[in-house]
Amino acid sequence: MQTAKLSKWWAGFYDHDVTWSFLHSPLTMLASLVTLLLVGAAFGAPYLTSYTPFEPGSLSLMDAFLPPAWEAGGSAAHFLGTDGQGRDVLAAIMYGTQISLIVGLFSVLLSVAIGIPLGIIAGYATGSWIDTLIMRVADIQLTIPPILIALMIDGVVRTSMSNELHEEMAIPVLIFSIGIASWPQYARITRSGAMVERRKDYIAAAKLIQTPAWLILLRHIFPNVVGPTLIVATIGVAVAIIIEATLSFLGVGVPPTNPSLGTLIRIGNNFLFSGEWWITFFPAFTLVILVLSVNLIGDWLRDTFNPKLR
Amino acid sequence: MSVVDIENLSIEFPTRRGILKAIEGLSFSIEAGEILGVVGESGAGKSLTGNAIVGLLEPPGRVSGGKITLKGRDITHLSENEMRRVRGAEIGVIFQDPLTSLNPLYTVGKQLTQTILTHRNISYSKAKDRAIELLTEVGIPAPELRFDAFPHEFSGGMRQRVVIALALCCDPSLIIADEPTTALDVSVQAQIIALLKDLSRDKGVATMLVTHDMGVIAEAADRVAVIYSGRLVEIGDVRSVIDAPKHPYTRGLMDSIPQIGQNLKYLPNIEGAMPRLDGRPDGCAFNPRCKMVKPVCREEIAALRATENAGQMAACWIYDGGHKYV
Amino acid sequence: MSEQAILEVRDLKMYFDVSKPLVTRLMNRLPKHVLKAVDGLTFSIKRGETFSLVGESGCGKSTVARTIAGLNAATSGEILIDGKNLTGQKEKSSLSDIARRMQMVFQSPYASLDPRWRVRDIIAEPIRAYGLADNKEDEREQVAQLLLQVGLSPRDGEKYPHEFSGGQRQRISIARALSSKPEFLICDEPTSALDVSVQAQILNLMTRLQDDLGLTYLFISHDLAVIDHVSDWIGVMYLGRICEITPKSELFRRPRHPYTRMLLETIPDLKGGTERKPMEGEVPNPINPPSGCAFHPRCAFATEKCTRERPVLKGYDMAKVACHAVEDMRI
Repeated sequence: MQTAKLSKWWAGFYDHDVTWSFLHSPLTMLASLVTLLLVGAAFGAPYLTSYTPFEPGSLSLMDAFLPPAWEAGGSAAHFLGTDGQGRDVLAAIMYGTQISLIVGLFSVLLSVAIGIPLGIIAGYATGSWIDTLIMRVADIQLTIPPILIALMIDGVVRTSMSNELHEEMAIPVLIFSIGIASWPQYARITRSGAMVERRKDYIAAAKLIQTPAWLILLRHIFPNVVGPTLIVATIGVAVAIIIEATLSFLGVGVPPTNPSLGTLIRIGNNFLFSGEWWITFFPAFTLVILVLSVNLIGDWLRDTFNPKLR
Repeated sequence: MSVVDIENLSIEFPTRRGILKAIEGLSFSIEAGEILGVVGESGAGKSLTGNAIVGLLEPPGRVSGGKITLKGRDITHLSENEMRRVRGAEIGVIFQDPLTSLNPLYTVGKQLTQTILTHRNISYSKAKDRAIELLTEVGIPAPELRFDAFPHEFSGGMRQRVVIALALCCDPSLIIADEPTTALDVSVQAQIIALLKDLSRDKGVATMLVTHDMGVIAEAADRVAVIYSGRLVEIGDVRSVIDAPKHPYTRGLMDSIPQIGQNLKYLPNIEGAMPRLDGRPDGCAFNPRCKMVKPVCREEIAALRATENAGQMAACWIYDGGHKYV
Repeated sequence: MSEQAILEVRDLKMYFDVSKPLVTRLMNRLPKHVLKAVDGLTFSIKRGETFSLVGESGCGKSTVARTIAGLNAATSGEILIDGKNLTGQKEKSSLSDIARRMQMVFQSPYASLDPRWRVRDIIAEPIRAYGLADNKEDEREQVAQLLLQVGLSPRDGEKYPHEFSGGQRQRISIARALSSKPEFLICDEPTSALDVSVQAQILNLMTRLQDDLGLTYLFISHDLAVIDHVSDWIGVMYLGRICEITPKSELFRRPRHPYTRMLLETIPDLKGGTERKPMEGEVPNPINPPSGCAFHPRCAFATEKCTRERPVLKGYDMAKVACHAVEDMRI
């Protein structure tokens, strides 16, 4: 019985247009594979590598500046080489990707959690003072680049916290700054969706039976507008990862004691001109591949679920 | 001589679940000065036929068989460029919503003169004269003044007149009018129909009038072709088709139209709905809804055959070359 | 008469402010624009009858429907259901009781059903809103009954709206409207988006339901043939006002108002093949309606009085007509 149900579900899934479209887009399949590998490597790091690059006690300065394994002087023990303190670059990248992904995902979750409710309310109340208030705030915020907002918040937090506390709180602060900085775009997309839906007669039918506004928003508008916003959010993850990397590169993101890809690039940047290119190149390359793959998946989702844009 | 000849036209949409045949084995022709009404329910394929003739089928739709001949020239598989030239010089197109056919950013005069100038080698002032002449012809009051007006400054009915003027720019021999009155109020509908009739009568234009509205057909068309689920089921003189429909579908359709003063409690109606493209039954597509269904109808599709009315043909097994044998 | 009336509308007005935004208006010294979509409508509907409003687009017939349904707040006037005033109603419980007895069927079979809901949930929505089912089992039973009543099968409840054709969706819409056990149904162009053969099915269904359940209909349509088929009484609207209210038989046998005459002349004649006379002109912009009788610029019987004075509804036999020419016995 259970297996019959499962196999029926599987048949339905396999036959679905979305599955079909996925299986006919090699680029999307490749991007998904790469993303899966990166996510797996990032969160499986403690099991996949024995190095603990960010515990100072485990490092040996003797191993500093080892080039990648295939270069002259390289060691098989450190496949992508080591940095100035003898840290294994590959392990550092795995842990760094983990931080980047966490910051990217959670900051987008925060933006979506703020943007979707505000967008739905604004769209449903189009023309009222609530709509005007929400959208003006969003407009004002959109005129300031997200990086600047994140810099500002970080600055405020920095002055109000002790140094140790700040280092401990660096990742939540970063998530908060990036999340706050990008809610307007989700609010806008959701609002335009809600404006279309609220004019449809199924909403009138719900009003007719005295359904309170909050229930209409929750049961009718939300399920009908959330899809496109979540698809944009996928691309938003890639953007958030880049903002995080930029902030970290500028030195206001996560501290070097627990670095993200951006921090690794910044650290490695110092050695670029002295010939130790691998310290910065491999984290940067990983960042590019990660962002590109997430973007490609986002594009495919958008094309598949929103045929009008095709 | 007929202006346009459609022979055995088939249109298909390749999809991942196989090829969907939207139109199959469609044949008809339109004479100069004649209005052929094409009726059918939404999804029957009537608009597709018009689009195929002007080469505006939306991909992945494609003509998979048959031949379209315009004034003796095969235009079935012309290239995009050649087709555009044919469209400009020979075929005028009128769509349902006048707003989509007009560019909101240009004045009506500019759109008319531009169209004339692309197809004819004449001076601007000549083109302008011609544009004003066209506006007069389609019944727009004070054409010299309206020449410089933007589409949004016209009412719905006047806008549709402008679209017709635009379609007439190149003195077409064929006009394809796809639901030209559907978006208009009843009172304006009659005006547009009268205009279309005058044009085909006075200029000898062949007109294909695609609509779902039998009233419009009754008023405007000389002959009528009834399409059901991608196939021509009946064709003939408009009065005979309306007064004495031969195909069971056409009969059901005519009966289900409410008439003023009829005073029936219940309207006669055809049960069920037209099958989807991917759910057509074997044999005649109408057989599940047909009251006169016979075993053969579930197996084989009847060809168009002559009925007891001269010139009226129906694709139904109840006719056998001029005789009804039920 | 008013004891039998299930719905009474008295001097209903619905104005919309369509002015440009305040700043733009002040800068360009533009006046305030008010669209008088419904401008003083009075009529009543007797229990078990069908009253229709007919008119061209922009005449305000749909606005009337939506205002009576409570989707717009009326600018002024009274709407009474069974003698109870709907417009002044403040108490929620009694309002909800009146609302339950009035339901609506919409024009578009596509936009009127939430695409993300299963059909059984769509139909059950009013049942849940008014707490009309004792338990889940009872609710399921009611939904199944409703589906059968509109000619669908209980199994269809598991499906989503996109799996149905336009006509079937309209049946679902009717089932939803019936689920709160209403007495009065507002039907806003319920068949104008459907093909004729399907239109006949839906019209027949509505006739049958009226017989079975004793429903009262307010029917909105632009199609005179459909109106003739379903109605007992007909109100002809032009630019936000009623210009003629008559029993059906009177309207088609003896139209009085010049606009009604024009409308009847424009109906395409299927059988006779007589050419219809194209009506002159088009409906004017409702933001800036003509003075006096709004129809006077298109009217063959218009006099100077018609441009000045707005005619009021006056009774002639069964009919009420708002026309100076009829009043002065010129036609």
